Amino acid sequence: MAGLKVEMKNIRKSFEDFKVLDGVTLHADCGENLVIFGKSGTGKSVLLKCLVRLLDVDGGEIYVGGVDTLSLNLKELNELRKDLGFLFQGAALYDSMSVRENLEFPLIRNFKFSQKEVDEKVFKALERVSLSEALDKMPSELSGGMRKRIGLARSIITEPKLMLYDEPTTGLDPITAKEISKLIIDLQTELKMTSIVVTHDLLCAKIIADRAVMLKDGGIIFEGNLEDMTSSNDPFLKNFFN
Amino acid sequence: MSDKKQTVSGKRFGEFFSNIGGLTNFSMMFFKNFLIPPYDFKEIKKHMDELGVKTLPIVSITGIIIGFVLALQSLPVMVRFGAEAFLPATVAISVCRELGPVITALIFAGRVSSGIGAELGSMRVTEQIDAMEVSAINPFRYLVVTRIIACTLILPLLTVFVDFLALLGAYVALMLSQNLTFEYYMGSVFSSLTFVDVMPGLLKTFVFGFIVGVVGSYKGYTADKGTEGVGKASTTSVVLSSLLILLFDMVLVKVTVWLWPV
Repeated sequence: MAGLKVEMKNIRKSFEDFKVLDGVTLHADCGENLVIFGKSGTGKSVLLKCLVRLLDVDGGEIYVGGVDTLSLNLKELNELRKDLGFLFQGAALYDSMSVRENLEFPLIRNFKFSQKEVDEKVFKALERVSLSEALDKMPSELSGGMRKRIGLARSIITEPKLMLYDEPTTGLDPITAKEISKLIIDLQTELKMTSIVVTHDLLCAKIIADRAVMLKDGGIIFEGNLEDMTSSNDPFLKNFFN
Repeated sequence: MSDKKQTVSGKRFGEFFSNIGGLTNFSMMFFKNFLIPPYDFKEIKKHMDELGVKTLPIVSITGIIIGFVLALQSLPVMVRFGAEAFLPATVAISVCRELGPVITALIFAGRVSSGIGAELGSMRVTEQIDAMEVSAINPFRYLVVTRIIACTLILPLLTVFVDFLALLGAYVALMLSQNLTFEYYMGSVFSSLTFVDVMPGLLKTFVFGFIVGVVGSYKGYTADKGTEGVGKASTTSVVLSSLLILLFDMVLVKVTVWLWPV
């Protein structure tokens, strides 16, 4: 299984009079881990949401696996979305469902697996995130780190070709954040997905990133490898990483 | 000060019409999704169970009290006109035509519409609805359509139950004051009730149930601004659905009178 190539060209997005994205162009190659940095409110999450069309862009082009996503109707878009995984900042676990039901949900609704196959996939996904014991717990009984892991398990249960992470380590202690980052890279190695990670966390980026971009004032001000970015003499980048 | 007041009232007025426009679009989206099978019967049944169980105690108590109070309040007036023999019929017709359906709907709105508003609002602000959408699952069909159908189907059942309890409450009141037998009372009740007394009252509860489901879902599904938005969704759901129930009641009573003139 190979990851999906992502291309976003000249993306523009405003909320009323506030321009959030003003001509952002970026790409992620098949199987690549791209990290997006930026100050709070610079539109990193908005960019991810535009990519999966949770938000409509004002202008630009988006290609996922060579498909122009902006031209797809809802049915076609949902077919494409079956190949995507999205880990939200707060994990977005369904409160009213147990961990098992959370994990079963995309499998039951989108695919025609037998109950035995569903059970196998659920156990495997939980094993991957080392949380088999949480199977029958409710989301309210889980800690922040556990929620993130379960959210990750739910996102990868369909074995997506493109995985998007919205601040996967925010709000976690440094040890748990490191564990989650390692888990992300292990899963990426195992499933060969393309990953786009939005984060502020340099430690997380050091573990994950093949390449990094910096978003500022609605555009990309740096694109390259992480070492070059962190050692740059640009005052903004210097200030950001120190 | 006066300008400020005008601005606030103008804003409220604008908000009301914006709500009506939003609700109309939301209802259209419901019918568009409703007309396309398959239907999630398991989810609809689950919501009907939850809504029924959640509302049953409060509507039961209210039903008994409505009947009891109505009989006690009407008794002196009927005695004054020498028409106490018609009291069971008066109570039965009042309950089945108007009081049972409207009061059950208003209590249902208070209990359920706010609950749906808060539940969906919370799902919206914690990105659970987005998570569903990005997993290629239609959240509108799964979360909204099932809830609206459940509300529309459960309210008529609750109303039948409340009507029955109100009639029992009225019997208790009359038994205590007039030594009425249960057989005589029920005989009077059932001989006085006609199709026009029962069916229009029952049919309008389908509309009221739909209103409660649509308003609660609309407010929750479109909630924003974090926890403040959830609170607002919950409160405005109750206010708006109660207001719409009363407005639609007025229209539906007029339609009933037009369809079945006395």
